Amino acid sequence: MDDSILLAHGSGGKLSHELVEKKFLPFLANTALNKLDDSAIFEASGRLAFTTDSYVVNPIFFPGGDIGKLAVCGTVNDLAMNGAKPLYLSLSAIIEEGFLLSELEQIVQSIKKAAEEAEVSIIAGDTKVVNRGQADKLFITTSGIGIISPGVDISGANARAGDKVLLSGTIGDHGMAVMSQREGLRFSMTLESDCAPLNKLVSQLLETSSRIHCLRDPTRGGLATTLNELARQSKAGIVVEEAKIPAKEEVKAACELLGLDPIYVANEGKLVAVVDPADADKILAQMKKNSYGRDAAIIGEVTSEHPGKVIMKTKLGPSRIVDMLSGELLPRIC
Amino acid sequence: MEFCGGHTHAILRYGIRQLVPKTVEMRSGPGCPVCVTATADLDKAIALAHLPDVIITTFGDMIRVPGSYSSLQQAKAEGADVRIVYSTIDAVEIAKANPEKSVIFIGIGFETTAPTIAASILKAQQEKIGNFYVLSLNKLTPPVMKALLDSGEIKLDGIVCPGHVSVIIGSHPYEFIPRDYGVACVISGFEPLDILLCIDKLVDQIEKGEPKVEIAYPRGVRPEGNRKARQLMEKVFEIGEANWRGIGIVPQSGLKVRGKYERFDADKAFSMSLKPPREPKGCRCGDVIRGAAMPPECKLFRKACTPESPVGPCMVSSEGACAAYYQYGTPENL
Repeated sequence: MDDSILLAHGSGGKLSHELVEKKFLPFLANTALNKLDDSAIFEASGRLAFTTDSYVVNPIFFPGGDIGKLAVCGTVNDLAMNGAKPLYLSLSAIIEEGFLLSELEQIVQSIKKAAEEAEVSIIAGDTKVVNRGQADKLFITTSGIGIISPGVDISGANARAGDKVLLSGTIGDHGMAVMSQREGLRFSMTLESDCAPLNKLVSQLLETSSRIHCLRDPTRGGLATTLNELARQSKAGIVVEEAKIPAKEEVKAACELLGLDPIYVANEGKLVAVVDPADADKILAQMKKNSYGRDAAIIGEVTSEHPGKVIMKTKLGPSRIVDMLSGELLPRIC
Repeated sequence: MEFCGGHTHAILRYGIRQLVPKTVEMRSGPGCPVCVTATADLDKAIALAHLPDVIITTFGDMIRVPGSYSSLQQAKAEGADVRIVYSTIDAVEIAKANPEKSVIFIGIGFETTAPTIAASILKAQQEKIGNFYVLSLNKLTPPVMKALLDSGEIKLDGIVCPGHVSVIIGSHPYEFIPRDYGVACVISGFEPLDILLCIDKLVDQIEKGEPKVEIAYPRGVRPEGNRKARQLMEKVFEIGEANWRGIGIVPQSGLKVRGKYERFDADKAFSMSLKPPREPKGCRCGDVIRGAAMPPECKLFRKACTPESPVGPCMVSSEGACAAYYQYGTPENL
């Protein structure tokens, strides 16, 4: 059984070292990591952003990505959503006994690829092995540090009445791609997860305009939850138009079939930007130039009415409240 | 009345109540599988979960519904093995993979889910899987419509007949409704335009004084329905009485496992002593299910009862009327 993870790989002894040296270092090598000291040392000055997130996606491989790519992109995007340029990540893996080494290698390779694209280095890491059944194959936690340029002030609390709400592309791709692969729900579709690092898109936007007020990536809970978070944090109302929210036909069809609303379905490569109306068109044009913002659209605006609430004009005309996601997204029974 | 909870959700989600003239009043009906499950039946499912060496499998929303004293979710937290499945065939697979355990599927739903549950019993028989059981709480649509009309509690002019149920049963089983009760019937799909078309047809029938059964969902429903699915149902189940929340025992409205397949019948295979059921105080789910009350008329609505801490099933289920009214409120009730 030399092709799967053994408890001894987590013992701290020879096998542990071998795991790090053979499966992680060759792909993620950089000066700070290669030293294998207890902590990584790096230079930084200015305003820093720091974030952490854990990844437990099931299944760990899905169309358009895997847990490794997600672990890099998710943390990179969290930094970018505060206007920070991501620099360094740490990566900690909790591996279930019996996990295939070949799959681990595949995931580390996709971590490498995503980190290269995002231009971040993984400078600290840890691995633990737990008994079979104590984890579901592989859990990854990444933390990230980024640097914020002087003058950049992006926060979920900065939306002002009159601001425009931009969305960088189609919603629901990641959630439906993962759901299509989930045990017992397999349906075939050509859809791929939108999982992608958005830091370059963000830096292009920041170069284009100094009047970007909020950025947020609508991950779990979907667009609806993100809009509600921004409305609450900024104590402002948001009005969006359903007809302007981009969504792929296959996502809409799968959602209809399962009785789900795409505005609650997760995304991993999209962002919502709340911007000064004077710069909205310019920012939209810039978004569309980046391949991750090709389908961007202005979907609504911020209002001083109904602070903390999100209202959607439905495609038939009437308006309704959009609440945060409550509980889990479950397909309808009937 | 829209019979189906999926219709209630679509009506609220697209703001259809605001679009139609004030003279058209929409009432939601008993078409939510989780909601109509009687408290006593829920208690039975929870008691089954607490039996040793039992795995309970069911559709998602079921696990959150409070019974008299507990819920499947709580039983799970206390150590019971309760699993959500998306299809009944998955429950059979779980039985295959866990031969030392008894795997019980809590079968809820209407004519839409019954054929698949029948198929799971036939599959278990064919593959000689001796540890698979079904607790059949399946219910039938036309008999409960008759019970509602017989009670005369609410004066219905027309019924938005369920789309997915009608895919199976066709349009003929509703013919007694216009004939004996003078009530218009139109079968509808779940897209906003489907529902508008359906309402238009209902109003047309009522204005002309010519009630009949019409299909406004021809892409899904044929008058004769799906004969094969019905044959499956009839092979495995026989018609008996069923206990409906808010309505009580309705003769000829439930599906029981036939004697030939009784070794798969959880009702026969397991015996438990149950405390008498009790209904949550102040909860008007029963009235809501009969269309006798609108969700906001319940004193608990939005106060003691929310999707995060539901008192009654109509707030739990993604097909429940209270959940729809909660989630898709109109701007007027901000």
